[in-house]
Amino acid sequence: MTNSINEFQNAECIFVIGSNTTEQHPEIGARIIEAAKKGAKIIVCDARSIRLVKYAAVHIKQRNGTDIALLNGIMNVIIQEDLYDKQFVAERTENFDALKTLVAKYTPEYVSKITGVPADDIIKAARIYATHKKSMIAYAMGITQHICGVDNVKTVANLAMLTGHVGMESTGVNPLRGQNNVQGACDMGGLPNVFTGYQKVTDEPVCQKFEKAWGVTGIPRKVGKTVTDMLAMAHKGELKALYIMGENPMMSDPDTKHVEDALKHLELLIVQDIFPNETTALAHVVLPGCTFAEKDGTFSNTERRVSRVRKAIEPIGESRQDWQIICDLAQRLGYPMKYSSWADILREINELTPSYAGITPERLETGFGIQWPCPNKDHPGTPYLHKGKFTKGLGTFVPCEHIEPNEVPDAEYPLTLTTGRVYWHYHTGSMTRRTNLLERECNQNFVEIHPDTAKSLNVRNGETVIVETRRGSIEIPTKITDEIVPGLIFVPFHFTEAKVNLLTNPAHDPVGKIPEYKVCAARIRKKG
Amino acid sequence: MSTVLTTCPYCGCGCGFYLHTEHNKLVGVTPSQEHPVSRGTLCVKGWNAHEMVHHPERLKYPMIRENGVLRRASWEEALDFTARKLQEIRDKYTTESIGFFTSAKVTNEENYVMMKLARGVFLNSNIDHCARL
Repeated sequence: MTNSINEFQNAECIFVIGSNTTEQHPEIGARIIEAAKKGAKIIVCDARSIRLVKYAAVHIKQRNGTDIALLNGIMNVIIQEDLYDKQFVAERTENFDALKTLVAKYTPEYVSKITGVPADDIIKAARIYATHKKSMIAYAMGITQHICGVDNVKTVANLAMLTGHVGMESTGVNPLRGQNNVQGACDMGGLPNVFTGYQKVTDEPVCQKFEKAWGVTGIPRKVGKTVTDMLAMAHKGELKALYIMGENPMMSDPDTKHVEDALKHLELLIVQDIFPNETTALAHVVLPGCTFAEKDGTFSNTERRVSRVRKAIEPIGESRQDWQIICDLAQRLGYPMKYSSWADILREINELTPSYAGITPERLETGFGIQWPCPNKDHPGTPYLHKGKFTKGLGTFVPCEHIEPNEVPDAEYPLTLTTGRVYWHYHTGSMTRRTNLLERECNQNFVEIHPDTAKSLNVRNGETVIVETRRGSIEIPTKITDEIVPGLIFVPFHFTEAKVNLLTNPAHDPVGKIPEYKVCAARIRKKG
Repeated sequence: MSTVLTTCPYCGCGCGFYLHTEHNKLVGVTPSQEHPVSRGTLCVKGWNAHEMVHHPERLKYPMIRENGVLRRASWEEALDFTARKLQEIRDKYTTESIGFFTSAKVTNEENYVMMKLARGVFLNSNIDHCARL
């Protein structure tokens, strides 16, 4: 997030696109509702009638996979009606003319044909977002999980820059991270292209700095492979060993059959986790890690706040903290990693990472964490980014064209399948499905279907049906609801009994490598 | 009963809560009143975050697959086996025939050492995690 969670409650307009905020980020959802009750205008763009719709000034139900067209249409209106921030555009951005030229054709009428959204709603949303000073955008996987996920994000950023809604309190572009430490895993260089703090592996002085600190030579200067690439390599026999820590690709990755084949091709699959799951079932070696309650360290939340995780109990059974397991392995590989505690590791991170330099173990002992960038021990941390200037200097408009999803409904597969989560469960369910109260509230999967769609298929509420795509099929009970648009169906991915990722399309964004979970073509058949 | 202030393991909000323990067993969660995100509240997942920790299905010891079945192993044996196999594969093929999936669930410090293992020990940039999923 460019801004902070508490800034939502003081916003005048909140533009929510591709985020079921109250269910997936309940504390942020609560802030948005608070803001709405104080008079903030909420714009919700989602084909499902999520809870925030009750508080919305406009609810836009764009066809899944048409976000670029929608956002370009909104920018078209803002430019046409002269509602953009001319001073901000002139002083802090570049390439405006290219944006203006590209969005010229995305008139509300044209966009309406692509998205299915009435032109008036596009105009209304544009006016509300542009004319309030404190307008925040929140988005989540509904924006990113598309073959054009990167262009979607760029288009969101174009909208914020066009209206000058960046670099101030209660503005900004705010991706809501779905996992407790997905921000931290990225910050720590758990990505193929960067070291800690997004220092590039292609940057020679950076590589030399790490080589010197680590006492090694030969760190590769090239970008490595993504999860998606590595699984494809395993499938082709090019990847021989995979070390997986705290991940369950057999549930979380698209096209499960392909993932299973890929993992079965490996000569060595090491899985380090806290519970047996669909992925440990294929492992050659299983290493038991600890849960958050048995370890010390830090997590970084979606607003870049680095907070302490504190050990409350001793590890269960023979399980060990994950960092200790890795250090024990490194020792056997002839590279001793001699850390006596999490704090030793964080001190090394402080030394090598400018944005984390001032986030020391000592400072984290009191208070509630520090938001990066925090360049030194006296720095208070940074609640919002891009004040006065973008990190890179001028903000560049990158105009993007709408492209159709990789797979659109046709005569054979006439429905659109989209996936996501429910309030009660979390990711692949390995923790929440082992929690009594959460299981009591929601213990089986379902496919959401609009009553019209259900009628045309002659299926009843709760009836077990077969949902099929070109990749697989699952049996699953229906949940008939008018909170979804006709023709669209929704299935959460938490449930091993009906794995929706057997159905999803592995087609992915060429740059971000993110799979298109949010759109694929599907059909429903009655059982028997 | 003792209490420890820590950070929720579920979504990216990063709420602060207290874990309550009795005889090395977690017995409950209460939100931090002053924490800037949780402000005395939690969602239902947070309120119940302690429960899965003691679930009987926790992985409690290392395992190695033998004749198609995972069998119990000691840490020494499992770590020796893992290190030896990784070295064999690196030597037989290339280091790039090895991949590392780090995790959005573990701590920053753990992600850092996994990254160091891949880049510093294996001289290999094939490291990623499920940020996209």
